[in-house]
Amino acid sequence: MAVESLRGAYGQTLLRLGRENPDLVVLDADLAKSTQTQVFAREFPGRFIDMGLAEQDMVSTAAGIALTGKTVFASSFCAFLIGRVFDQVRQSVCYNRANVKLVGTHAGLGVGEDGATHQALEDVALARALPGLTVIVPADAIETARAVEFAAATPGPFFIRLTRNNLLTLFGPEHRFELGKAPVLRDGGDITLVAMGAMVEKALAASELLAAEKVAAAVIDFSSLQPLDGDVLLRYARQTGHILTVEDHSVRGGLGGACAEFLAQHAPVPMALMGMDNQFGRSGKPEDLYAHFRLTAADIAAAGRRLLSRP
Amino acid sequence: MTDCERTELSETARRMRVHIIRMISRAASGHPGGSLSAVEILATLYFREMRIDPLRPDLPDRDRFVLSKGHAAPVLYAALAERGYFPLEALETLRQAGSSLQGHPHRLDTPGVEASTGSLGQGLSMASGMAMGLRLRPVGSAARVFALIGDGESQEGQIWEAAMTAGFHRLANLCVFLDYNDLQIDGRVSAIKDIAPLRDKWQSFRWRVEEIDGHDFDQIAGALAAFNGEQEKPTMVIARTVKGKGVSFMENNVNFHGQAPSAQETATALAELGHGR
Repeated sequence: MAVESLRGAYGQTLLRLGRENPDLVVLDADLAKSTQTQVFAREFPGRFIDMGLAEQDMVSTAAGIALTGKTVFASSFCAFLIGRVFDQVRQSVCYNRANVKLVGTHAGLGVGEDGATHQALEDVALARALPGLTVIVPADAIETARAVEFAAATPGPFFIRLTRNNLLTLFGPEHRFELGKAPVLRDGGDITLVAMGAMVEKALAASELLAAEKVAAAVIDFSSLQPLDGDVLLRYARQTGHILTVEDHSVRGGLGGACAEFLAQHAPVPMALMGMDNQFGRSGKPEDLYAHFRLTAADIAAAGRRLLSRP
Repeated sequence: MTDCERTELSETARRMRVHIIRMISRAASGHPGGSLSAVEILATLYFREMRIDPLRPDLPDRDRFVLSKGHAAPVLYAALAERGYFPLEALETLRQAGSSLQGHPHRLDTPGVEASTGSLGQGLSMASGMAMGLRLRPVGSAARVFALIGDGESQEGQIWEAAMTAGFHRLANLCVFLDYNDLQIDGRVSAIKDIAPLRDKWQSFRWRVEEIDGHDFDQIAGALAAFNGEQEKPTMVIARTVKGKGVSFMENNVNFHGQAPSAQETATALAELGHGR
C-alpha cells in the first residue's frame, strides 16, 4: 500500500480550492514550508499572508478577515495553533463563529526528534471542549483532502489535526467524507479498536495480529471527534462488548476520553484507553517513540488480549 | 466642525453618558469609568465619521468599529442604541439573563456589534484582520476599520503583535484610538507597568501617530481628517482622557473601573449630567 503525506494533500487541496474560490485566504506563522501552505502561497501571493512568529495575532487576524466574508485557513504546528493560542481560538474564532479553518500539522509523538515542546498531546482535548468547533483528525492523505474540502465548503470554525509523517493510504479517491460518521475499516465481533490519526494504520496491523489468534477485531477510523459518531460506538459496543481506543494524544479528554464519556452514558462496556497519560513526549525517531510509549501494533494487540481476558 | 455640529455631538455625548450610568446602575454591575472616558470618541465615530446604515447592518462596504477594550461595552451599546441599531429600552436589560446585551460585546447577540471582544488584546488583531480582508482583491473595498484599545490593554503582548502586522502591511484603512486615561484595575498604568513613551513605540511600529485630548470633538475630528489623508500607514490616535469623565466623583477614581454606582450615586450622577431637568 502507498504511503502519502497528509501535509502534502493539504497543500494540494488548498491550491485546488484557491483556484475555485477567490475568497479563500491562507495564513501561516513562519511554517509555510512545513505545513505545506507554501503551495498555495506560490500561486496566490495576494491571498497568502505569512504572519511571522505571531500565532496569537494570526488566529485573531484570521477571525477578522473571515468576518469580512472570506474563508480563512490558518496553519501552524498543533502545539502552537491550539495550545499556545487557546484563548484566541476560543474567543476570536469560536465565540465569533468566524469562518476560520485551523489546520494544525505535526501532531503528537510523530513529530519525533524535536521532542516534547513540539509534540501536541492535548490539542484534541482542548479543541473538543470548545463550543461550535468541528474537530477532525484524518488518518490518511485522501481523508485529509476530503476533510479540507468539506471544511472549506461548510461555514464555521474547524480544527483539522494532521501528522508530520506520511501515513498508509487507507481510502480510495472515491472516498466521501461525512461529518460525524466514523468509517469502519474492518468488521469484527470480539473487540473494537477505535483509533485516530497515525494510530489507525497501527490498529489495522494489530487487528491482523489478533486475527492470527482467532480474535476478530473491528477497526474504526474515528476521524470526527466533534461531532462524535455515537451511532457507530453504540453499534460496536453492543456487537463486540469491548472497546479499545488508541491515540497519539493524551487519553485525558482525547479520543479515549470522548468515547468513554459517550459510552459511560449510553452503553457501558469494558474499555481500555491507549495513548499518553499524564506525561510529556520525548525526542527520538517516531517509531522508537511509539515503541517507548507502548503504541506499536504489537502493543495494541497485547492490550486487546488483556481487555478480552479481564475477569 | 461647525458650532452646530459640535453642539449636537455634545448633546449626543451627554445622552450617552446618561445611558451608561442608568444601564450600569440598573444592572448593578459593569464598567463605568472606561465607558465614560470614551464617549466623545464613539460619539464622533458613530455620529459624524462612520459610513454605516443601522437599517442595513450587513452592508459589505460599511465601516467597522471594534471595541477591543470590550469591558467598555456600555459606551458601545449607548452609541448603537442612539444611532438606531436597537431600541433605547433594550439598554435597561444590560447584563441580565436573556438580554441581547452581554457584559462584553457579542456580535451574534447585538445588532451593530462587529466583533465579540472581552479577552484583551484580541480586538486589535481582529480589526487589523478586517482591514486586511476589506482591501484584499478581487473585491477590494473602500471601507475603513476603527478600533478602540485601552491603555492597560496595551500591556498585552498581542497588541504589539498586531501593531507590527498592521504597520508592516501598511493598513492605511485602519484607525485605532487609544483611550489613555492612565488607570487600570490595580491603579495607575504608569505605576503598574508604564506603557510610555507611546508616540515613539507606535511610530517605530510604522504607524502614523496623532496625540489629542480625547474629550475635544475638534481634536478628534482633526485626527480623523489626518487618518483619511494618510495613504501609507495605519493611524494611532493617542487620546488623553479622564476615566469616569462627566461624573465628578467618578473622574480619575479607579474604584469606578468595574463598580456600579449606588442608588444615591446614580441620582447624583444623573443630576450632574442634566438628566430629568
